[in-house]
Amino acid sequence: MADILQILLSESFWAASLRIATPLIFGVMGALLCEKSGVLNLGIEGIFVAGAMAGWMAVWLGLGLWGGVLVAALTGAFFGLIHAILTVPLGLSQHVSGLGVTLFATSVSYFAYRTALPNVSSPPRIEPFRGLDIPVLSDLPFVGPVFFQQTALTWLALIMVGLVWYVLERTPLGVAIKAVGDNPDSVDAQGLSVYGLRMGAVVAGSALMALGGAFLTMSAFDAFFFGMVNGRGWICIALVIFASWKPGKALLGALLFGAFDALQVRLQTQVGAVVPGQVFLMAPYVLSIFALVIAARRAEYPRALLKPWFKGQR
Amino acid sequence: MRIEPREAPGRLLTLGVPVLSALVALALAAIPLMLAGAPVAAAYVEMARGVFGSVFAFSEMLTRATPLIFTGLAAALAFRARLWNIGAEGQLYLGAMAAVAVGSGALDVPGYVLMPLIVVLGAAAGAAGMVVPTVLKTRFGADEVVTTLLLNFIILIFLQMMLEGPLKDPMGLGWPQSAPILDQGMLPQLIPRMRIHAGLILALVLAGIAQFMLARSVWGFRLRAVGENAFAARHAGIGVNRTMLSVAVVSGGLAGLAGVSEVAGLKGYLTADLSPGFGYTGIVVAMLAGLSPLGVVISALFIASVFVGADSMSRAMGVSSYLADLVVSTSLLCVLIGGFFARYRIVGAGRKAHG
Repeated sequence: MADILQILLSESFWAASLRIATPLIFGVMGALLCEKSGVLNLGIEGIFVAGAMAGWMAVWLGLGLWGGVLVAALTGAFFGLIHAILTVPLGLSQHVSGLGVTLFATSVSYFAYRTALPNVSSPPRIEPFRGLDIPVLSDLPFVGPVFFQQTALTWLALIMVGLVWYVLERTPLGVAIKAVGDNPDSVDAQGLSVYGLRMGAVVAGSALMALGGAFLTMSAFDAFFFGMVNGRGWICIALVIFASWKPGKALLGALLFGAFDALQVRLQTQVGAVVPGQVFLMAPYVLSIFALVIAARRAEYPRALLKPWFKGQR
Repeated sequence: MRIEPREAPGRLLTLGVPVLSALVALALAAIPLMLAGAPVAAAYVEMARGVFGSVFAFSEMLTRATPLIFTGLAAALAFRARLWNIGAEGQLYLGAMAAVAVGSGALDVPGYVLMPLIVVLGAAAGAAGMVVPTVLKTRFGADEVVTTLLLNFIILIFLQMMLEGPLKDPMGLGWPQSAPILDQGMLPQLIPRMRIHAGLILALVLAGIAQFMLARSVWGFRLRAVGENAFAARHAGIGVNRTMLSVAVVSGGLAGLAGVSEVAGLKGYLTADLSPGFGYTGIVVAMLAGLSPLGVVISALFIASVFVGADSMSRAMGVSSYLADLVVSTSLLCVLIGGFFARYRIVGAGRKAHG
């Protein structure tokens, strides 16, 4: 027990929590934006892979780190557009289309990576984002390492939470996005484009998801590996339900998740001899299912989620 | 311009759309082939030769199709009931684990006891793997898409734990693999010196039974009713949750049999890379088949041909074998779009719609 307390009081633990949470923050914000407009985007897992690969490759080809971030976002937007076309104007099954986009984005990424680098035994590395070094702030005790020595992408993620919250809660656009996810007929009656709003939300949300992938190859690691996304996208989908589609709660969920993950890594080194390591590796997935089970009944679903809408057809 | 539903999509459309989608996806593979700098025509010839070039090549394709028929049936039946089982990959490994747990020396009994035992326990393990998320859905409202997807990861880690622990082969030179299944427990080979095994026969028989049950039995009627309109089904006195559970048992069981068939029909022992995503590919197989059990057999043969053909092409021409995954995922997107045009027509603004 004293050990756990010691971990919880250490700054490295809190710094790691925020770092592990960063890709999830991008992912939950992206998924939340899509779902608020009424479209479930199960393309998330593949879009993570595509963002990780495209961002990394852009940097590797010499476009610079922020060039990589931009390329990742555009790649995500592209795959998001496919999902948007299939599910919004065509009104096809969001489940199957999303899985299709995941399979497609993953295989495109793997094929492109293998075609660009046919025979590499160890993946080539890039110079990733470094921790920030802000005068005074980064040197503060505790707060410095936890917040001000994170990489720029972590800050971008936190800014995106604010942006998504602001747009959804404080702008007419946000009102329209939420309305289109609750009652598309009413939005149509006001002369707004249901298709435009939904497709825009899905494309923007997918760009955000891809940034979560880009964080993995450009900040957490410095190379692209097959299978590196490892279910993070699916965890985000679970976290959005857990957060009942509220940006603030979604941030909290991602941070809690990061904290649990950071804690299990540290506990693993202490009790690794008694408990097999895999028990700890399972923890994030088990935790996600648990979060889903306790939250599912009281979650406030966007009422038109999963429901296709056709113009001129009630 | 507006979209309106067709009255009833004809037989030509329901059969033509998947075939056309598969062909379009195959044709679109020319783009990545060109980007990879391969001679496109020669690559297609090489792919065809990889499947139809010899009896052995063809038998390899059938061997590859076997697990895909099982996982395709698992997805098709579940999706018909709108039970989104995306967990066939995990259920496949549960089936395979059960097979080696009982079959690799724990019981030294004659083949006519051991073999059925392996099959039944493997199916039961897979079924259990789908019953859990289904109960979480019916009792707690937890979305089964997410829970089955997450369970895939949990089961794969559990498998690694077992392969380094209780299921580890003591003679395996430290590799994380199980002990081999006893000879009398292995599914019989169909042709000498080829890898094709009795799992294929089992898959075909089950596809036939599934087709019959779905179309003709009370269970099949309930399943379809729940899938088409759960609300109406409940009002008609159909136990929706009970039907869901029974579908979960069948769907998970079929996915478990994919694992049994791979481990007890093909490999003989279990490793953590037994399945290159057969569970996920099964979803594509099912969608290409229009969720019809007999269609699953045909689309599994097509997808297996893509994999085996692309494998042999990539060896000969140095193009990444991920091309196969690309074709498979493209065909899923194509069949989705094709399905739309089979169900709806786009009417120009000037034309008066009839009906």
